[in-house]
Amino acid sequence: MTDQRRGRLKIFMGYAAGVGKTYKMLEEAQDLKASQVNVVIGYFEPHGRAETIAKTEGLEIIPRKKIQYRDSVFEEMDTEAILGRHPRVCVVDEFPHTNVPGSERSKRWEDVEILLAAGIDVLTTMNIQHLESLNDQIWQISGIRVRETVPDWVVEEADEVVMVDLTPRALLNRLQRGVVYERAKAEKALQNFFREQTLVALRELALRQAAHEVEHRMADDDTRRSTVPRKHHKVLALVTANPKTAMVIRRAKRVSDFLGAECFAATVQPTGDLTGLGSEDREAIEKHLNFARNLHIETRILEGDDVASTLVDFGRRNQVTQIFLTRPNRKMWSPALSRDPVQKIIGLAKDMLIVIVSDRERVT
Amino acid sequence: MASETRRKTPEDYLRECQAEEEAIAAKDKGRLKIFLGYASGVGKSFRMLDEARRRRERGQDVVVGAIQPQVPPEVAPLVQKLEVIPLKALGDEAAVDVDAIILRRPAVCIIDGLAYDNPPGSRNATRWQDVKDLLEAGIQVIASINIQYVCELHGEVEAITGKHVDQTVPLSFLHSADEIEIVDAPPEESLERSPDELVQIKKRQERLSKLRELALVVTADIVDHQLNDYLERHGLRQHFGAQERILVCITPRANMTEMMNTAQIAAKKFHGELIVAYVKQENISPSDQSALDARLAIANAAGAHVEILEGADPAETLLDFARTRGITQLFVGHSQRTGLARLKGSPLDKLIWEGCGMDICVFPQTEND
Repeated sequence: MTDQRRGRLKIFMGYAAGVGKTYKMLEEAQDLKASQVNVVIGYFEPHGRAETIAKTEGLEIIPRKKIQYRDSVFEEMDTEAILGRHPRVCVVDEFPHTNVPGSERSKRWEDVEILLAAGIDVLTTMNIQHLESLNDQIWQISGIRVRETVPDWVVEEADEVVMVDLTPRALLNRLQRGVVYERAKAEKALQNFFREQTLVALRELALRQAAHEVEHRMADDDTRRSTVPRKHHKVLALVTANPKTAMVIRRAKRVSDFLGAECFAATVQPTGDLTGLGSEDREAIEKHLNFARNLHIETRILEGDDVASTLVDFGRRNQVTQIFLTRPNRKMWSPALSRDPVQKIIGLAKDMLIVIVSDRERVT
Repeated sequence: MASETRRKTPEDYLRECQAEEEAIAAKDKGRLKIFLGYASGVGKSFRMLDEARRRRERGQDVVVGAIQPQVPPEVAPLVQKLEVIPLKALGDEAAVDVDAIILRRPAVCIIDGLAYDNPPGSRNATRWQDVKDLLEAGIQVIASINIQYVCELHGEVEAITGKHVDQTVPLSFLHSADEIEIVDAPPEESLERSPDELVQIKKRQERLSKLRELALVVTADIVDHQLNDYLERHGLRQHFGAQERILVCITPRANMTEMMNTAQIAAKKFHGELIVAYVKQENISPSDQSALDARLAIANAAGAHVEILEGADPAETLLDFARTRGITQLFVGHSQRTGLARLKGSPLDKLIWEGCGMDICVFPQTEND
């Protein structure tokens, strides 16, 4: 058997429902079909939008798989059927979708990975708000905690990211004309997510991300060619049971990605494992470590009685240049006694950059 | 941030009045929408004319005031469905017939290719000035432009393409647009591929990628302005952190070189904004003053914009400033206080406690001080 070429992934990125991502993707599928490329639709979400539905005309659609969950039947993409059909290109709508329990894989982007591994090119769609590292910022902008997210590395591995742009005014017009959602849902959307300033801010985020994706791909080419080593940054995030840890991990990852740095996440425990913890803390820390691993961050459990000195020692031994921490609780903060680990770390690591990540706030 | 509780200042009222007056003045002006692309062939004309078609189908009175001399095959049928007001010939050249369009008074006029110079004897020297006249006359304009023709980006574009362009449109004109939309497509699809020229293609793709990045960032900047205008008009003091904004705080013992280096790299990587600030202090020792001056010189040499702030409490002054400017990363040096002074908590402690909504980045000190 010959080496399997990995399929190419192209993401149509937007900033809200209704900007025309699916339309643009189907337009490309039609162009491919017109030039005799073997293309099928693996998953398509019509949302009752006539213009978009019209764009599927003449394209082969792989029937969805029916999955029984509790008392209902759900429909998901039939990855195995697509593999059997083995087209050259497959169209997969809604990349960040979470599959119903009982599906082979829990996320649609994992299904897409299977298709790519089998050498099938994939065209897919997603909105900027589903990018994991932007989760806190999206909450700050929109007040919505997005649950269905795609890890940044999945997007970075895409061969192309195309920005599908539409001005917020045009989008609001579409919404009011009932092009995006039916009347009642549109009214509700206009009051919530689709407020003008929210849309403008999301659009700006999407444009900047798209610019970053272009640069990232050029830099990839550069590093392959260049022999000059660049100054290397290493980022370390402290993992604790504090729920704000997720925010610190996301921010550390985003900064590392932009600076081209390596990123670690570590927790410090006296036993060197999590056995000494109460079940609540243990679950929280395990959740945070898993979360970091899903984002492709290397994780460590460091053995030590003192969080601050153990972490800083580890940092020094591993040439860490930046340490990311949660903001200390003000009540715990005592200038005289320096009991708070954060304060102690700042005191110990005077040769490193310490970043205290604080909550993004929002005004409603 | 505590916007709700803040009382309106006279400046707020003044700004509101101005906004109202501007709104009245703008009422009779036509709206301008610009499609921005990074190269020819990305599909600006198609997108623009497709919008014209849709508007016409919705009953709007649309005419075409200017179209590129050579249109791609998918654009031609769109043009055929629309009323075209021909260019006005002047010798061998031609310009948009502004008088004819104003006389015809359509609701919407399509102007393809904003960056044309008009022949001598025309109403205006350039096409974008013609568009201004149409807008003044109350006609909406939908126009397209290639990023390579933006005046202020001249140097950057020339460095990428190696080509000099004469005809340009000022960036302020793009900023004046009510709406701007980017037409994005990865370079490979806007190119014809020929396997014999792989190296050439690679180079060309890289050039195009750089232009594409530039176009995305310029659009993001324009959108950022629009967002700030919107928030200001509505008296909202909210910042969304959609653009990274880095504030470097100068203190007498800060390791300025490292802070500036890191800040400049981060600003570049994030396509963000970089601001340097220090809080003016009374009764500062001569040695601290000269240390401050040396650090100011470093910031100035790096070409940074330095803000001099005044306030009794340095930490509070910096945080106030950071909040007004929507800072997302605040760079500060390690605290110097030891012993008794630490009991009261240092300004750094205060930045960490109260620096909501931004990352506080504590830098190593210089070794020599």
